[in-house]
Amino acid sequence: MNKDESIKKVLLLGSGALKIGEAGEFDYSGAQALKAMKEEGITTVLINPNIATVQTSEGFADKIYFLPVTPEFVERVIDKERPDGILLAFGGQTALNCGVELYRSGVLERYGVKVLGTPVRAIIDTEDRELFVEKLDQIDVKTIKSRAASDVETSLEIASELGYPVIVRAAYALGGLGSGFCENPDELRALVEKALAFSPQVLIEKSLKGWKEVEYEVVRDRFDNCITVCNMENFDPLGIHTGESIVVAPSQTLSNDDYHKLRSLAIKIIRHIGIVGECNVQYAYDPASMDYRVIEVNARLSRSSALASKATGYPLAFVAAKLGLGYGLFDLKNSVTQSTSAFFEPALDYVVVKLPRWDLGKFHGVNREIGSSMKSVGEVMSIGRTFEEAFQKGLRMIGQGMHGFVDNKEIKIDDLDHALKSPTDKRVFALAEAFSRGYSVDRIHELTKIDRWFLYKLRNIVETAAELGNYDKVADVPADLLRQAKQQGFSDFQVARSVLKEAMTDSQSALMSVRARRKELGITPVVKQIDTLAAEYPAMTNYLYLTYNGTENDVDYLGDHRSVVVLGSGAYRIGSSVEFDWCSVNALMTVKKEGWRSVMINYNPETVSTDYDACDRLYFDELTFERVMDILELENPHGVILSVGGQIPNNLATRLADQDVNILGTSAASIDNAEDRHKFSAMLDRLGIDQPRWRELSSMDDIKEFVEEVGFPVLVRPSYVLSGAAMNVCSNPDELVRFLKLAANVSKQHPVVVTEFIQDAKEIEMDAVAREGEIKAYAISEHIEYAGVHSGDATIQFPPQKLYVETMRRIKKVGARIARALNISGPFNIQFLAKDNDIKVIECNLRASRSFPFVSKVLKINFIDLATRIMLGEDVEKPAKSAFDLDYVGIKASQFSFSRLQGADPVLGVDMASTGEVGTLGEMTSEAVLKSLLSVGQRIPQKGVMLSCGNAKHKAAMLEAARRLDSRGFRLYATSGTHRFLAENGVKSTEIFKPSEPDRHPQALDILHKHDVDLVVNIPRDLSSDEISNGYRIRRAAIDLNIPLLTNARLASAFIRAFTTMGPDTVEIKSWDEY
Amino acid sequence: MRETKRATLILEDGTRFEGRSFGYEAPTAGEVVFNTAMTGYPESLTDPSYEGQILVTTFPLLGNYGVPPEGGSPDLSEHYESSRIHCKAIIAQDYAWDHSHWLADRNLADWLKSEKIPGIYGIDTRALTKHLRESGSMLGKIVFEGDNPDDTPWYDPNKENLIALTSCTEVKEYGPEDGPRVVLVDCGIKHNIIRCLVSRGVHVIRVPWDYDFNGLDYDGLFISNGPGNPDFAEKTVENIRRAMESGKPICGICMGNQLLAKAAGAKTYKLKYGHRSHNQPVRRAHTNQCYITSQNHGFAVDSDTLPADWEPLFINMNDGTNEGIRHMSKPWFSAQFHPEASSGPRDTEFFFDEFISYLKK
Repeated sequence: MNKDESIKKVLLLGSGALKIGEAGEFDYSGAQALKAMKEEGITTVLINPNIATVQTSEGFADKIYFLPVTPEFVERVIDKERPDGILLAFGGQTALNCGVELYRSGVLERYGVKVLGTPVRAIIDTEDRELFVEKLDQIDVKTIKSRAASDVETSLEIASELGYPVIVRAAYALGGLGSGFCENPDELRALVEKALAFSPQVLIEKSLKGWKEVEYEVVRDRFDNCITVCNMENFDPLGIHTGESIVVAPSQTLSNDDYHKLRSLAIKIIRHIGIVGECNVQYAYDPASMDYRVIEVNARLSRSSALASKATGYPLAFVAAKLGLGYGLFDLKNSVTQSTSAFFEPALDYVVVKLPRWDLGKFHGVNREIGSSMKSVGEVMSIGRTFEEAFQKGLRMIGQGMHGFVDNKEIKIDDLDHALKSPTDKRVFALAEAFSRGYSVDRIHELTKIDRWFLYKLRNIVETAAELGNYDKVADVPADLLRQAKQQGFSDFQVARSVLKEAMTDSQSALMSVRARRKELGITPVVKQIDTLAAEYPAMTNYLYLTYNGTENDVDYLGDHRSVVVLGSGAYRIGSSVEFDWCSVNALMTVKKEGWRSVMINYNPETVSTDYDACDRLYFDELTFERVMDILELENPHGVILSVGGQIPNNLATRLADQDVNILGTSAASIDNAEDRHKFSAMLDRLGIDQPRWRELSSMDDIKEFVEEVGFPVLVRPSYVLSGAAMNVCSNPDELVRFLKLAANVSKQHPVVVTEFIQDAKEIEMDAVAREGEIKAYAISEHIEYAGVHSGDATIQFPPQKLYVETMRRIKKVGARIARALNISGPFNIQFLAKDNDIKVIECNLRASRSFPFVSKVLKINFIDLATRIMLGEDVEKPAKSAFDLDYVGIKASQFSFSRLQGADPVLGVDMASTGEVGTLGEMTSEAVLKSLLSVGQRIPQKGVMLSCGNAKHKAAMLEAARRLDSRGFRLYATSGTHRFLAENGVKSTEIFKPSEPDRHPQALDILHKHDVDLVVNIPRDLSSDEISNGYRIRRAAIDLNIPLLTNARLASAFIRAFTTMGPDTVEIKSWDEY
Repeated sequence: MRETKRATLILEDGTRFEGRSFGYEAPTAGEVVFNTAMTGYPESLTDPSYEGQILVTTFPLLGNYGVPPEGGSPDLSEHYESSRIHCKAIIAQDYAWDHSHWLADRNLADWLKSEKIPGIYGIDTRALTKHLRESGSMLGKIVFEGDNPDDTPWYDPNKENLIALTSCTEVKEYGPEDGPRVVLVDCGIKHNIIRCLVSRGVHVIRVPWDYDFNGLDYDGLFISNGPGNPDFAEKTVENIRRAMESGKPICGICMGNQLLAKAAGAKTYKLKYGHRSHNQPVRRAHTNQCYITSQNHGFAVDSDTLPADWEPLFINMNDGTNEGIRHMSKPWFSAQFHPEASSGPRDTEFFFDEFISYLKK
């Protein structure tokens, strides 16, 4: 065997919190690598503060450290654990950068830790742009010649030589951070300055806008054997980051010569660089010749490699990990067929489309154009046997209200040509609009540079919709046309809307009528396997999808009712991400353990739940009512679990129950009673449980009257949003009127929910599991921030450290009463407000919540396992009371990606803005706070701190922290009001001036640009976030200049208290099991 | 909806697959085979190895990038593998009526019509492939709405000497006069073999399959690929046997591998699952060197029947079958896969370099 037998213990670096550019894909890669190590009998140590991941669960790594993935912490873990090897390729750019630093500082050598897989030298060759170009020049491979600059003046000179437009990239940056196109010197100056804040170097190159973008996933072993597992083609032309692009696999517009020219080059490149494991090669490809440029090589697992794994069934991360141990590809087996070799290239007999998911609507001020820097927060993958089918399925999967390419709610596009030329997150709508306005394929191509082939396919969809429109009754549509529509991925809803048009009132009954009609005509989908070999050899694979382009099912159905279907969570988005994947995977594990066959439905390529190893059967398909019913009708399961995948499956409860689907756990009627605001509120009244006063109102006068009763501020939730975020807090009549006039439409059809907003209240969460209305396990946790910060953005401590015993007792009582009233069987979560000892219920979800993995791991009681056993009908023992008595504390902190979201106001409010989270443990709150905040990118300041503390209350709340900073010798800079307040209280600070007073010095922005401070605490005066104000400009500058920013007084105080109490070197290095 | 004719594929076991026509509309018959390649339909259609066969593409989309012009000359085209389509028909799940590629000068449907070749789409090619896989190979016919299937007889290309049908009929020479002289026996050759040799400075003397080249002045012998059953090429085997007496380098590809094996005294047999794809892994015997290869064959050399002075050169990593042979002391070797690719991966083009390195030594 070729395995390196000296490796007994391996350290794997995770990627930390999910952020834009680095998301769930690394949970999948890391989990696969751990599985590969385990299979080899190697002890594994994992460092990853992301507590919601699957990889940080029991049974994956032998030792888990919830610590920041930074050189200082990793070195201390190495010192303690003494691993033989380290894996750097499975934790994204975070792990790779950390590994390179450990190599450069000699830590790896000092401790004799061997880098497994691609050598660090080769990693540096791919990361350093100049070395990279030089390296490829050696083998006559063309690159985009860029020139490096480390100051603005040099950048301007280079650009004028190359000629505009140019593209600017920051070296050593994740997913295109700090990158962009510049049409002129002004744009260049602005971008370079920003990029240099993150990176010592920028690279300037000539733009190849309009070329195709193609990538190859390549694997090489140490014997120089190479394969390309998959190639992918971007629907969008070069210029749009591949993470922002719609991507199709395999390539569709490349001829055999094109395909193999680029394939051969990819192999030549990775041989020359010396990759051992997996890497990805990105090309720009001329649409009018065979000219190409290599854009970049990523010497690690990536988002694309996760996608390629899911698109082909080839477990790239697993194989890469094995190759790192010294194996040859010829030593390994194809894990789908279990008989053929892992040295092969998958043949697809389907087409895969990846679509990005954005959540730009959650941010104020954000630039919605998409380009060379990534802004999307998640992605979906759809599978079909025509491009049209895969594309329309994918649009539905995105989960932003699209029904497909056609038959959507109309959106208003003023300047269509501009929208096509400068795409935003709404570009698919713009394309549909262009077709509906009669634009030709050529004209759309001219404007968008999207290859005509894709546009022809979209036109097919538009034409089919038009043909359906020739009929007015579903029954009149000819069978062939109905079949064609389904083969092009039309949903029953789309068919109904195309046919019925304005006459469609009740969409559910309309789509049911289409369903009935097509079943009558025998038009039903078939189930196909993904077998990596396009049926050339027999394969026992459980990796499935549904299509209308086929006549035969690949699998047999036993009809024994011994399977349990778990509905997954869909695309990662703000508010729903890896935590629900953890819940789904754990539910699958319990289902299996309890002797049932586990069946998963999900379509997110970044997840572990869509790893075909995670269940007995994986349907990589839609979570729409239509598709779930298709699968249930085939599968005929014992029942369905829809309470572990977040809101998407939860929303299906009533409609599935109407079809007599056996929903395991809490009944659909109870779910509806909790989801329906009116029913839930009435129930609370009946139970004598307090809640903030609210009303659903449909006129300005009614709203004013209600506000007079409850007083400002109020929380306003329109049911129809014109622009911007859906929720807003209004602090005075002006704001209220402005918000309702500009942002929302108030009418009988579109009422507004107005809720009294209680200030300075604590927010408390109860995560629990009940059986037939009796609570079996619960976890009560407390937000560090006061209510007003979305629970998904808040910093959460568990167990609570500062709650009155009386408050705790009341919460338990209320929780028990609600559980009984709704007869809950399974997971649920209740959110409370507490002020003094009064508690009010804000919300109740009869499903697992975001914090389930966090509380489960802190408590070491798996809530999902308990809940799943209950849903399967078992009785479970209540854990012993002592199990809830912890002598340590867990802190969950949120990760924000504002640096990616150009223009967005980095302030926290009632709408969620964070993209990820971490959870760490500590003996004391301060220790856990420090670990958590360092894990989400905060840094302990060394120089100075800028303070700007909002209103009087915030100033008072910050006083103790300011005093601590002052006494520890930090130089404080404070804006006028804060400066005065600090002076009055005997704290020294330098007065600085806001941008609105440009003549007075020193200017706050200048201090930031000079990097005189390395922490900014900027607390907005109130919760209204529409001001394009001084505060916004300071906050945004801090983000753009990569200076840590805190915008909440209580969190800032907690952080300052933590790092003035202890340093990172005094933090204890303890693994999860040592607590 | 596009008005297209219904077309039916009928297999010899009676199974029927209903689809629609996009090519030439006249009934046809042949042996139904599949290939799992995701690119390369112009190359496959013109590959003489598909003579008499109905090609099923498992990749569901067909025709995306249209059809390039032939280019070059009928003796050596630029973009095709021969001067005409050899398949009897082509079948896919979905046809791209609108193509997009800078090199294309027409769409696939027009090309098929001009060459009188039917094309069918709308067939579950995965189900069809699974069916074909289990029965090895199967005869089939294609009929259009209104046709009586009985009017179209079954056609079994394996009963015919397809090598004779696809080979050239006279000697042709290519490449520089001063290059090493290689006799290339045309058993139904793919033009890329000629291109691969000529681009390496070889003077190619292309001879018909049954031509006795032993009287020619040459430095090395190359046996091409070709369609059908190797048993029809006894004459070629005879000529190879005599060439062995000279001790000059001999090389072969696909059919060439089987003919060289026969000349050496080994036997061939029909595989349970034929190799029809771009992703076949082979390993060079006794080494850790592995290659992804393009393949299209249903017969293989039985390694156990190789004489003592011969050994396997390459081995298929999926099923362990023979992928090439070599003589242990003489410069004679061959590959079952296609080093010339076209279509498919180009990882084994070094095969031509190895052959050339033996010339004039």
